[in-house]
Amino acid sequence: MSSATLAPPAPAAPVPARARGRRASSILRRFLPLLPAIVLLLLFFAGPVLWSCYTAFTNQALSGPGAQNPQWIGLANFRRLLNDPTFIQSLVLTVIFVIGSAVVGQNVLGLFIAVLLRRSGPVVRTTVSLVVVGAWVMPEIVAAFCWYAFLNRDGSLNHWLHSVGISQNWLYTAPMFAIILANVWRGTAFSMMVYSAALSDIPPEVEEAASIDGAGGWRRFWYVTLPMIRRSILTNLMLITLQTLAVFTTIYVLTGGGPGNKSQTTPIYMYEQAFKFYDLGYGTAMALVLLVIGALFSAVYLRFVKADER
Amino acid sequence: MARLALLLVVIAFLAPMLWLVLGSVHRGSALSVEFGGSYTLDNFRAVMNGPTLWTPMRNSLVLAGSTTVLTVIVASFAAYPLSRYQLRFGKAFLYTIVFSTGLPITAIMVPVYSMFAHFNVTDSMPATVLFMSATSLPFAIWMMKNFMDGVPVSLEEAAWTDGAGWFQALRRIILPLMAPGVAVVSIFVFVTQWGDFFIPFILLLSPEKQPASVGIFTFFSQYGAVAYGQLAAFSVLYTLPIVLLYGVLSRYLGGAFNFAGGVKG
Repeated sequence: MSSATLAPPAPAAPVPARARGRRASSILRRFLPLLPAIVLLLLFFAGPVLWSCYTAFTNQALSGPGAQNPQWIGLANFRRLLNDPTFIQSLVLTVIFVIGSAVVGQNVLGLFIAVLLRRSGPVVRTTVSLVVVGAWVMPEIVAAFCWYAFLNRDGSLNHWLHSVGISQNWLYTAPMFAIILANVWRGTAFSMMVYSAALSDIPPEVEEAASIDGAGGWRRFWYVTLPMIRRSILTNLMLITLQTLAVFTTIYVLTGGGPGNKSQTTPIYMYEQAFKFYDLGYGTAMALVLLVIGALFSAVYLRFVKADER
Repeated sequence: MARLALLLVVIAFLAPMLWLVLGSVHRGSALSVEFGGSYTLDNFRAVMNGPTLWTPMRNSLVLAGSTTVLTVIVASFAAYPLSRYQLRFGKAFLYTIVFSTGLPITAIMVPVYSMFAHFNVTDSMPATVLFMSATSLPFAIWMMKNFMDGVPVSLEEAAWTDGAGWFQALRRIILPLMAPGVAVVSIFVFVTQWGDFFIPFILLLSPEKQPASVGIFTFFSQYGAVAYGQLAAFSVLYTLPIVLLYGVLSRYLGGAFNFAGGVKG
């Protein structure tokens, strides 16, 4: 395994404390175990991010003159982005996708299931988690096939709806609805688990006290339970937004961004520009926009984590 | 009421999955799910005897396996100083790690491709493994550090007085004590990478190097329209290892396990 060569040799002596001259070497040794991780992260994580900051300002292409000698073209790619209605539309669709499937769909459904499971017996609990989590652990591409088979013209949904007479190819007639539904199905388990954990941390006395004070089910939930898991809600919203922002496979398999570009979110458009139209520079400019949006949400998430540690 | 709602949830979540199970064993490969009719294992036989299954599955095993081993080793090393020492930049490093767990990997695939093309390492499995490890590392380091914090330092002190360094302490004392944590991280990384489509789809070009996620997509675009039954059988075979690993994991941790626990902070 190549990893073995990355392992630093084990130092023989225990941590020296007194000698001042040995302080530097002690600090170095303390950092030594971090070194392989730092090297990997710099080369393969920070590297591409910095690389994208460079490529986004060039006309680099997969073929043609831009492939041999990419030229520095300054902000041209970004000016093009702003004047590209397809890109603007892709951003709007991405926002709809994120709000529809993550902020509303996964978040609300996940909380709903977690709340209901709290009062359920072990059998119900196990069955529900098994099914919901099952949709989440399966490979994304298989989940996409499942939905393709379900919503297609000859698919199960139409087969069952046939008697009602509203069968149609949902992937064409309602592409955004289809990918949102599929992503809710796939991602709800995450929110459910976050909320189950958060709800189990609420001391039962708190809710008992509220019900003794005469608060009914809904009021108790709204004024007592929800405020107590506020932190988890915010953290969860950040995380599922970040996950959903990056969804590619589900959309690519289900609709490919179509029909036309009716369900073309930014990751799909980015892929098309970079690898179908060989315009790496333009694709990278889009990647950079996505990355900046992701970084903003990630920074907010980091604030929550920091606050939790205090 | 609650029971009824949960029943609806179960039905709604099961409905799309049914095709996977029934479609793979149904005679006459339809796209829709029909109950009744006759069942057969022909689809599995056809896929298993065909040329499209085993090479991609082996590649998946190699890619996800090497990534897991590399990630777990590197992450456990990195977690040690973060958990045990008061490092000057320890906090800053940790926060950078948490920050990078949030960055959308999808967004960096175009620059990664362009970078790999520049250094002539596209279509290379080792380079892909290194990249996959780097993307798994932030979360793995974060989880590993949290698990390691749970192992009391006092247990190592005996080893230190015996003259053992950090590597000895890590290997002999800490890692064995946090074996369940190591298992969680390993399985998490393996399951994520086994199921990943976009990274190998972009970085690996020749079919003999591509993993099952890409192989099954190629199968879908080539024969999908005619052989749905085989597609379902392929999907079942490809999903099975993940289901088994997940089963092992939840059993191992007494059912109380969730990935989200690592994120909760």
